[in-house]
Amino acid sequence: MNVLLQMLPSILMIVSPILIAAVGGLISERSGVANIALEGLMGIGAFMAATTHVLLEQSFPYSIPLALVLATLAGALFSVIHAFASITLRADQIVSGTGINLLSTGITVFLCQIIFKQERTEPFRLGMLPGWGGIYPTAWIALVVLILAWYMLYKRPFGLRLRACGEHPQAAASAGINVERTRYIAVILSGALAGLAGACLVLTQTIQYTVYTINGAGFIALAAVSFGRWLPKGVLGSSLLFGTSVALAIYMVNIPSLRFLPSEFFSVMPYLITLITLVIFSGKEYAPRAVGQPYDKGRS
Amino acid sequence: MRSYMENYAIEMTDITKIFPGVIANDHVHFQVAQGEIHALLGENGAGKSTLMSILFGLYEPDSGHIKIRGKEVKIRSPNDATALKIGMVHQHFKLVHNFTVTENIVLGLESRNILGNLDVRKAEKRVQELSDLYGLAVDPRSRIESITVGMQQRVEILKILYRDADILIFDEPTAVLTPQEIDELIEILHRLKAEGKTIVFITHKLKEIKAAADRCTVLRRGKYIGTVDVKDTTEHQLAEMMVGRSVSFKIDKQPPRIGEVVLQIENLTVLGAKGVPAVRSLNLEVRSGEIVGIAGVDGNGQSELVSAIAGLLPVKSGRVLLKGKEITHSRIRDRIESGLGLVPEDRHKHGLILDFKIDENLIIKSFRRPPFSNKYGFLQFDAIREHALRLITEFDIRAGSGPATPAKSMSGGNQQKAVIAREIDLSPELLIVAQPTRGLDVGAIEYIHRRIVEERDKGRAILLVSFELDEVMNLCDRIAALSKGEVVGIVAAEQADERHIGAMMAGMVMEGGTHA
Amino acid sequence: MRNTRKATVTDRFLDFITQSEAMVSIVVVLLGFLVGTILVILVGRNPSGMYSAITQVLTGWDLRRGTWNARYIGEWLVMSLPLILCGLSVAFAGRTGLFNIGAEGQYVAGLTAAQFVAIFGPQIPFLHWILAILAALVVGALWGGIVGILKAKYSVSEVVATIMLNYVAYFTSRVLTMMIPGANTYRTPTYPQTARLASPFLEQLTNGSRLNYGLYLALISILFFWIVIGKTRLGFSLRATGLNKEAARYAGINVNASITTAMAISGAFAGLAGAVVALGSFNYGRVLGGLDGYGFDGIAVALVGNSTAWGTALSGLLFGMLKSAQPLMQSRQIPKEITAIIMGLVVVFISLRAGVRMLMEWRMKEQAKKGRVIE
Repeated sequence: MNVLLQMLPSILMIVSPILIAAVGGLISERSGVANIALEGLMGIGAFMAATTHVLLEQSFPYSIPLALVLATLAGALFSVIHAFASITLRADQIVSGTGINLLSTGITVFLCQIIFKQERTEPFRLGMLPGWGGIYPTAWIALVVLILAWYMLYKRPFGLRLRACGEHPQAAASAGINVERTRYIAVILSGALAGLAGACLVLTQTIQYTVYTINGAGFIALAAVSFGRWLPKGVLGSSLLFGTSVALAIYMVNIPSLRFLPSEFFSVMPYLITLITLVIFSGKEYAPRAVGQPYDKGRS
Repeated sequence: MRSYMENYAIEMTDITKIFPGVIANDHVHFQVAQGEIHALLGENGAGKSTLMSILFGLYEPDSGHIKIRGKEVKIRSPNDATALKIGMVHQHFKLVHNFTVTENIVLGLESRNILGNLDVRKAEKRVQELSDLYGLAVDPRSRIESITVGMQQRVEILKILYRDADILIFDEPTAVLTPQEIDELIEILHRLKAEGKTIVFITHKLKEIKAAADRCTVLRRGKYIGTVDVKDTTEHQLAEMMVGRSVSFKIDKQPPRIGEVVLQIENLTVLGAKGVPAVRSLNLEVRSGEIVGIAGVDGNGQSELVSAIAGLLPVKSGRVLLKGKEITHSRIRDRIESGLGLVPEDRHKHGLILDFKIDENLIIKSFRRPPFSNKYGFLQFDAIREHALRLITEFDIRAGSGPATPAKSMSGGNQQKAVIAREIDLSPELLIVAQPTRGLDVGAIEYIHRRIVEERDKGRAILLVSFELDEVMNLCDRIAALSKGEVVGIVAAEQADERHIGAMMAGMVMEGGTHA
Repeated sequence: MRNTRKATVTDRFLDFITQSEAMVSIVVVLLGFLVGTILVILVGRNPSGMYSAITQVLTGWDLRRGTWNARYIGEWLVMSLPLILCGLSVAFAGRTGLFNIGAEGQYVAGLTAAQFVAIFGPQIPFLHWILAILAALVVGALWGGIVGILKAKYSVSEVVATIMLNYVAYFTSRVLTMMIPGANTYRTPTYPQTARLASPFLEQLTNGSRLNYGLYLALISILFFWIVIGKTRLGFSLRATGLNKEAARYAGINVNASITTAMAISGAFAGLAGAVVALGSFNYGRVLGGLDGYGFDGIAVALVGNSTAWGTALSGLLFGMLKSAQPLMQSRQIPKEITAIIMGLVVVFISLRAGVRMLMEWRMKEQAKKGRVIE
C-alpha cells in the first residue's frame, strides 16, 4: 500500500491522459456518436505537441502551453472529418472511426518524415515539469476537464439537450433541438479533448512522438467509458483503475513482491477487466440508446 | 350552430399534396371552429395523417391555403407550427426513456436560473401547475421508463401545453390505451375544451367519435367527403361515409367441419417486456377445420401469446401442445417441422428479409431440405426458382423481376401475400395469423381473407389475432376475448354481439354474465 | 399538377458513381489516390515517384533504370497474402452482420500457434507445416469463436470485445513465446526447414522473392469463402442472420450458432494469415514488439472489396501493391507513410458508401415532399 502511495505521482501521470480522452469519448457517445477514433486523435495531438515544443523550446518560454493549445485545436480539426462523415453523410460510425485511426498513424509519421527527415519527432530537451508533490499539472487539467464536463452535461440546458440526442434524437428534434449541430459540437469537443490528452501524454511520459507513443491508451479510454457506464463518476473511477494497472506494468520492477509476474500481466489487466465486466453486466443497457445509429430525419 | 364564419381556428382550403405515385390529399377542405373537438375520420391511407402533418409543418402542400385564427400563414416546419401555438401529440411517443417527466416536458425550452443553469425546481413547479389546471395527473419526478402508457401520453400533452399550444392535434390517440385509459382521455379532452382549447383528433374508431367529438370531417382516398355534426349522425352513417358503400359485415362461408384438437394451451404464463406477466394462466384450444379469433385491444398480451406459441419468447409456466405433443420449450425449428406456421404481425421485422430476393424469402423455412438443398449442403438454385415461380403464379404476387425481385421493392400487399404464400405452401397443421391485413388495401384484404377461409376448409386449425374487431367477427368461427393477458370469454360467432365482446375485451364482463 | 425539374449535373454524377457497389469502390480508391497525390505535391515532393514505385511492384519494371526483375512481383504477392486473408476474415464476419475489428488479435493467435508447432512439431516434410497451419486455423477459430459466444449469449458488443481481445492476444503471445526454450526478448531459435512454407519452385519463378505455399492457401481460402457464402446452406443461414436476425430466428435458424460459427470461421482466416506470415516470411519465431497491423488493414481491404470473395481478393492485391511499394517510394523521396494515408482515406471515404446512398434517398424524399420530382 505504501508503495502505491509513493507511486501516486506516476500513477496520476499515466491516468491523466486516459481520463481526459475518456471524458471526450463520454461526451461524444452521450450525444449519440460512437467515437473509436480516440486513439488516432490522441496521436494527432501528441504529434502536434511534440513538434511544437521541440521546435520552439529554445526560443519561446511558453512553448509547452502553446503545444497544448495547438494539440487541442489539431484534435478538434481532425475530428471534424469523423463528424462530417458520420453526422452529415450518415456513414457507419465504427468504420469512419477506424479510418481516422489508420489516417492518423499515416499522417503523423508522414509529416515527421517531411519536417524531421525521420519517422519520429526530434526529442525535446525538457518536457512538462512536475509541480506540487511531484504531481504533474496534467492531473489538475484532467480534474478540471472532468468537472467542467459534468457541469455541462448535468447543469446546463445544453447538456440536457445533448443527452437527449444520444437517447432519442427524434424526441429532441420534435422539441426544436438541432440534433446534427449538437452532435457536431460533441464530436469536436471529444476530438479536442483527445488531442489535449495526447499532448499531455507525450509531454509527461516521453521525449518524442513515435508510432508507439499512444500504444493503446485511446482504446483504454474507450474501455473506461464503457466500464464507467457512460457516467462522469464512473469514468473517473475506471480511468483511475486502468491507469493504475498500466502504471504497475511499467513500475513493477520496483516492487519485489510482484517481480515474478511478467509485465504483460499488468499491461493486459485493463483490457481483461473490461472484457469480464462487459460479460457480467451485459453492458448494452447502459449505453446511450441511440449511440452508433446515424440520425435519420425522415423516420418518425 | 352552423355558421362559425368569424370563429374558425383552422381553415385549410383546397389542400393538395402529391407523393410519387399517390395523391395523398386532393383539394381537401378542413375547417375547425374555435373551441370545438373535431374528429378527422378515414381508413388507412385516406390522407388524414398527411393533412395534419401539413398543419404541423412536417410537409408543405403543393397547393392550397391555410389560415390560423383568421390569418393566412405558411407553416414550413414544426417550429413555425409551435410558434402559431399548434401542438401535436404523435402516435409514437417522443419521450426520452431515462429522463424524468419534467425533463421531457421542458426539453428545448428549459427554465433557467440567474447563472443560466437548469432550474429543476422552477420546472417542476410549472409542470405541477399545468397538471393541476388541466387535470392531467403526472408525477413530475418519475422516469418515463417506469410510468404507464396512459401517463406517458399525458406527458406528451403537457409538452405541448407547456409551449402554450392552443390548437391540439392528436394522432390516433387511443391506439395504445386500455379501455379505461380511453375513457380518461376523453374526459381530458372535454376538460381541455372547457379551458378554451381547440382539438383535432385523427381516428378510425367510430365509437370514440361519438363519445368525444362535436363535429367530424371524413376523408376517403385523399378526397374530402363531408363534415357532420356528430350528435346527429349514427355510427353506420359515419362508416358509410368512410368506406363509400353500404357496409355489410359478413363474409360468405360454409359452416365449419370441426375435427380434433390441434393446439392446446394450458395455464400459460408469459412474461412481457418489464418482467410483468403479459399472458396470465391462459387456456385455449383450437381444432382442425375451425378459425378461432383472439379479439383484444393492442397491448393485452396478444403479441406475447403468439410469440410464445411460436417459440420466439420463453414460457414462464404452463404448457403448449401441438397435436398432443408438448412444444412448450421446443426449438423454433422443431415447431416448424411439427406443423406450426405463423404469419407474423410485423412482416418487416419477422416475416421477410427485405434484402433477400423473393425466391430466397420463400424458402427461408425450408432451405435445408431437398429439393432446395442436396445432401452435401449445397443450394439447388433451379429448384428454388421453380418454387418461387409456382407461388408467384398461384398467389398472384406482383414481383417486378420475377423470382429474383428483391423483397424490399415490392408493395406491402404483395409482401404480405408472399409471406402468406410461404406459410400456406408449407401445409402447417396449425396456422397462426397475426394482424394479416394491417396496412393493406381492400383488394388485398379480400384476397387474404378468402385464402384463410380456404385453408380452414381444407382442415387446418387457424388462430387469428387481430385488433380489428370486424375482421375477427367476420372470419372466425369462435371468438376469444382477451383482456390483460387472460381469455375472459369465448363465444361462437353466430351468437357474437359486438357490444358484448367489447365489454369482455374491456374486462368488464366474464363469460356467463358475471361482472369483474 | 406535378412539378418536375431537370436532373442537374450533380444528380447525374451521383447516379453514375453509385450505380454499382464495384463502381463505388473504384471511385473511392481513385479519390484516395487523388488526395494522396495532392498531399505529396503540397509537401514539395514529386508524385511521379509514387506511381513509378507502384509500376515497379506490379510489373517488375524499374522505370528509372530500365531493368526488369520478377522479384518485385513476387514480393508484391507475398505482401498481399496476409492482407487478402485478413480481408476475407473481416468480410466473412461482415456478411453475417458482424464487424470484426478483432482480426488483429486472431492473426496474433494464429501466428503464435504456428510458431509453436514450428518449433516443437514433428520434422517431417510437408506434414510439419500442414500441422502448423491447422494449429493456426484452430486457434484463430477459437479466438474468433469467443467473440461470437460473447455476442450471442451475453449481447456484448463485438466492437469492444474484439478490441480488448486484440490486446489480450498480443500480451499473451509475448509471454508464451518468451517461454520457448532458447528464446530471448525478440525472437525464438530458427525453425527447422520442414516447418517453413518456402516453395523452391515459386522462389525460382520470381527470381528469389519470398513467394511461398501461402499463395495456394490464399487461393483455396478465396474459393472456400465464395462457395460457402454463396452456395451452401450454411452460407444462407449466415447471410440471413446478418441481414435480419429476428426474421432468421422466426424461420427457425439458430442465430446464436450462426454468429459463433461466423466468428470462428472469420477467426480462422485471420489465424491463417498469421501462420502464412510467420512461416512464409520468417525463418524464426518472433516475440512481437508491436501489432503487425494486417488485421486492421484487413478492414480496409474488406470494405473496398465490399465483403465479397473476389472483391476482397482484388482489394487485397491493391493494398498489397501499396505496401510493397513502400521501400521503393522511400528511395524516391516519397515518405512511405503515404500508403497508410491513402488506406486511411479510403476507409473514411468508404464509410460514406452507405451514407451516400442514404443521402440520395433523403434527397429524393425531400424533393418529393416539396412536391418536385426529378426526371
